[in-house]
Amino acid sequence: MEQAVKDTFNQGSARANAAYQMGRRRFTVEPITRLEGHGKIDIFLDDKGDVERAYMQVPELRGFEVFSIGRPAEDMPQITSRICGVCPTAHHMASTKCLDDLYQVEPTSAGRKIRELVYNAFMLEDHALHVFVLGGPDFIVGPEAPPAERNIVGVIGKVGIEAGKKVIATRRRVRELIAYFGGKVVHPVFGLPGGVSKALDPAELPRFKELAKDAVEFAEWTVAVLKQIVLGNSEYVKMITSDAFTHKTCYMGMVDEQNRVNFYDGKLRVVDCNGKEVCKFAPRQYRDYVAEHVEPWSYMKFTFLKQRGWKDFVEGPETSIYSVAPLARLNASDGMSTPKAQAAYEEFFKVLGGKPVHHTLANHLARAIEMINAAERMQELLNDPGITSSEVRRIPTSVPKEGIGVVEAPRGTLFHHYQTDERGCITMANMIVATQNNAARIAMSVERAAMGLIKGGRVTEGLLNKVEMAFRAYDPCLGCATHSLPGHLPLRVNIYDPQRNLVQQLVQS
Amino acid sequence: MPKPKIAFYWCASCGGCEETVVDLAEDILGVVEKVDIVLWPVAMDFKYKDIEAMPDKSIVATLLNGAIRSTEQEEMAHLLRRKSQYMIAYGACAHLGGIPGLANQFSREHLLKFNYEDGPALANERKTRPQLKFTDPNGREPVLPELHNVVRSLDQVVEVDYYVPGCPPTPKITRQAVTALLEIRLPPKGSVIAPDIALCDECPRKGSKPTNVSFTEFKRPHEKLMDPELCLLAQGIVCMGPSTRSGCAAACISGGMPCTGCFGPTSRVRDQGLKIMSSLCANIAPKEEPEIDKVLSGIPDPVGTFYRYGLAKSILRRKMNMPK
Amino acid sequence: MTTETQTPSPDGTWTPRIVAFFCNWCTYTAADLAGVSRMKHASNARIIRLMCSGRVDPQFLVDALAKGADGVLIGGCHPNDCHYVEGNYKCLRRYQMLKRMVADMGIEPERLRLEWISAAEGEKVKRVINEMTETITRLGPLGIPQKFDEWDREMEHFAEHVAAREAAAAASARAEAGTQTEPVETAHA
Repeated sequence: MEQAVKDTFNQGSARANAAYQMGRRRFTVEPITRLEGHGKIDIFLDDKGDVERAYMQVPELRGFEVFSIGRPAEDMPQITSRICGVCPTAHHMASTKCLDDLYQVEPTSAGRKIRELVYNAFMLEDHALHVFVLGGPDFIVGPEAPPAERNIVGVIGKVGIEAGKKVIATRRRVRELIAYFGGKVVHPVFGLPGGVSKALDPAELPRFKELAKDAVEFAEWTVAVLKQIVLGNSEYVKMITSDAFTHKTCYMGMVDEQNRVNFYDGKLRVVDCNGKEVCKFAPRQYRDYVAEHVEPWSYMKFTFLKQRGWKDFVEGPETSIYSVAPLARLNASDGMSTPKAQAAYEEFFKVLGGKPVHHTLANHLARAIEMINAAERMQELLNDPGITSSEVRRIPTSVPKEGIGVVEAPRGTLFHHYQTDERGCITMANMIVATQNNAARIAMSVERAAMGLIKGGRVTEGLLNKVEMAFRAYDPCLGCATHSLPGHLPLRVNIYDPQRNLVQQLVQS
Repeated sequence: MPKPKIAFYWCASCGGCEETVVDLAEDILGVVEKVDIVLWPVAMDFKYKDIEAMPDKSIVATLLNGAIRSTEQEEMAHLLRRKSQYMIAYGACAHLGGIPGLANQFSREHLLKFNYEDGPALANERKTRPQLKFTDPNGREPVLPELHNVVRSLDQVVEVDYYVPGCPPTPKITRQAVTALLEIRLPPKGSVIAPDIALCDECPRKGSKPTNVSFTEFKRPHEKLMDPELCLLAQGIVCMGPSTRSGCAAACISGGMPCTGCFGPTSRVRDQGLKIMSSLCANIAPKEEPEIDKVLSGIPDPVGTFYRYGLAKSILRRKMNMPK
Repeated sequence: MTTETQTPSPDGTWTPRIVAFFCNWCTYTAADLAGVSRMKHASNARIIRLMCSGRVDPQFLVDALAKGADGVLIGGCHPNDCHYVEGNYKCLRRYQMLKRMVADMGIEPERLRLEWISAAEGEKVKRVINEMTETITRLGPLGIPQKFDEWDREMEHFAEHVAAREAAAAASARAEAGTQTEPVETAHA
């Protein structure tokens, strides 16, 4: 065994807790690939070779909340978007809404419409990225496929080159719409309190309407592809519904007045594992309902339902753990706000046996259903004549003090909370990102998947990849989850015997 | 003839640079055909062991994005430097330190304390902190990657051959850089692969850029409705264009907002923040301290505004009077 | 990389190093006058002549501090007297902002000083240099080059660690023997 290789690993590996190493064998899955950000899974085996405990560790911290101190609040949409380059628009939007609250100003009607248009476009293309490039390849190509094919190139191989080109081209066109309003698509600039920075020139309407129409078709095709490839395959269905990938936690999502899914605005609704509403609150009240818990083995904090208290990583009707993201949003809502998405929603629950659905891997399908909703919303907004008005912003007049802004990011609920001095410079910033809301459930998912799949010390790459699949289904954005200081672990799998000798190295490849 | 080996890697980054590479969209299929991508964590499963086993300089180019903040990132930067003919600092974080560089105004302890003790939604009475280091029963001391106190740009850690600027770089300049690499038509070592002239040169509003400017006040973007055609400086809005390299087709301006400086300075400027400060502040109207200060108060956060991306590479690099 | 720090004084203790940027037409002439009149003042200021205080690029000032100066002094013509009409005003405006910026970067703004000194005011040159020397003595050394070295020491640890690892790798490569399980080394960063 090359010394340098071992040393490099040791340099980078983290131990969660000394007690758990006592007489334990340990696996580490490093790196977790095809996700945004840096993460690491540590799996501890007991003497029988079964999984005793598994941790998803996030070894990063970048410091956004602290280095935002002193910054003019109106810079925050562009600063916080750098928390994540895959979902910058989510942070940008949450931050912009936070500025509305901070300055007690409502966006103009056209300003709001443009925001919603851009936001739904973003949800659509980000979801498409996940389905076809990040988590989806596991399904579309197959988890037992060789690693060299478990990526977008393999997806194209499976769906065909023309279909593959359609994926890439549609996503590109949607991103061009975002860039039209935001200057650029990665780290857009349009958000200001009271509206947006740029109006929609009516001359652009025809091509955007055409795009929205194609987008609806594209989203429906995505759902059809997933249904055919995944649900049409009994092995996959068995995997999806298996215990290894099922958890009974609470679910949180943003809903409108009629409890329909809304990505941009509304109240937050939480249902328990039986689908019963636990609470529904306005963003401003988030601290009464959501709290952050710290574990010594990860930089990422875990949110939980404050009123129930932290009860550790358990599930069931009394759990205080909730999850977010597409599956959770569908579970926490009573329906979708657009017709085709609503039809897909109803079918989804029918096929999977009623609400709520607890199968983590169903997130992929829920994600595709949200794509339909986003595309239909884009159509609705582009057909609204008010969207081309030039009054896209109003000037705030209040003295700023404190604001809270919440949106549904592709990966779940995102909270931005700022306090400022009277000049509007940040004195405190707190961000709770989507993946934090999922952190506890992800940890449980990883552990459960590992326990279900790894027995008697037998570990194969395919099995390890299935553990990672549990993780990837949440489309976790670890760039977001670790917005405090930067750090990075190279990830790999190491198997230690009870004497802590490195006896085998399994590299996720 | 074997295909040239290319590596992409990320350090303290947001992933936006990766997105840019993916945004080369249809081109990506062409690129994949021409090169052998040996490392790209975000999109491909791979083996680190294979990189280490490679002969030195066998990778033609590594495009590394993200700032350097931990021993882990430092290690990978050194490893990839050894294995690559060309090390390319990709994106503002690798080039200048980027927005994570703003953390250089605060101590690491401050960051950790807020995150684990002072945050308004925390339920952590016992003040639990992630354990960075502890001794297990066998006397071994595993460590989490050690987080440095200082955020650094890539060239503050290893020798860099070229810089592709931007937050993120545009697909166009990325394509230019990769093409130049593959066709072996590279500019002098140390070049930033973008035009060496200020952004004003390619700005659609340059026709109304004032030749003589005399600010009577600075307005922040949310304080006034901005004319979509007029130079922002002429409207009293702080725009970093004069001190920022062009090459982005003035993207932010076309979105109705001022430039914030992500491409970094031209080659003739050592410290981008001081240069723009010098230019803007010298050209305000008042001549006496109280009135001068009043106009300058329209820029409440000069460090954050002038060094949004470049604090780590500024002359001072980091706040001086911190405990550690 | 360490740049030279303070001028060793006869008994080895620190004494302030001030870099002064004087405009050719007024302040530099006054400094000349002070010299010719044999006025004695502290020797801690190194004078650099420019044509106008408006030529003082803030990069000069900050660079001087970063290279080891404990303070920087700018001398220009009185308001209304600038040889180039507006230059001194530009200098003043930049100076006002620069003080805020260095304060935000943890440097005492008293380490920067701007004075209007006309060609006849040799006495003022003497007074200002003496005062500033006193101020900086009170504030103590700024020591930015040493700070850079201290910060960069966190990287030296790593360089040593890599060297040690490579030596170990070379050693184990020499010790070819077929060990089944080799103890895993702990590595310290």
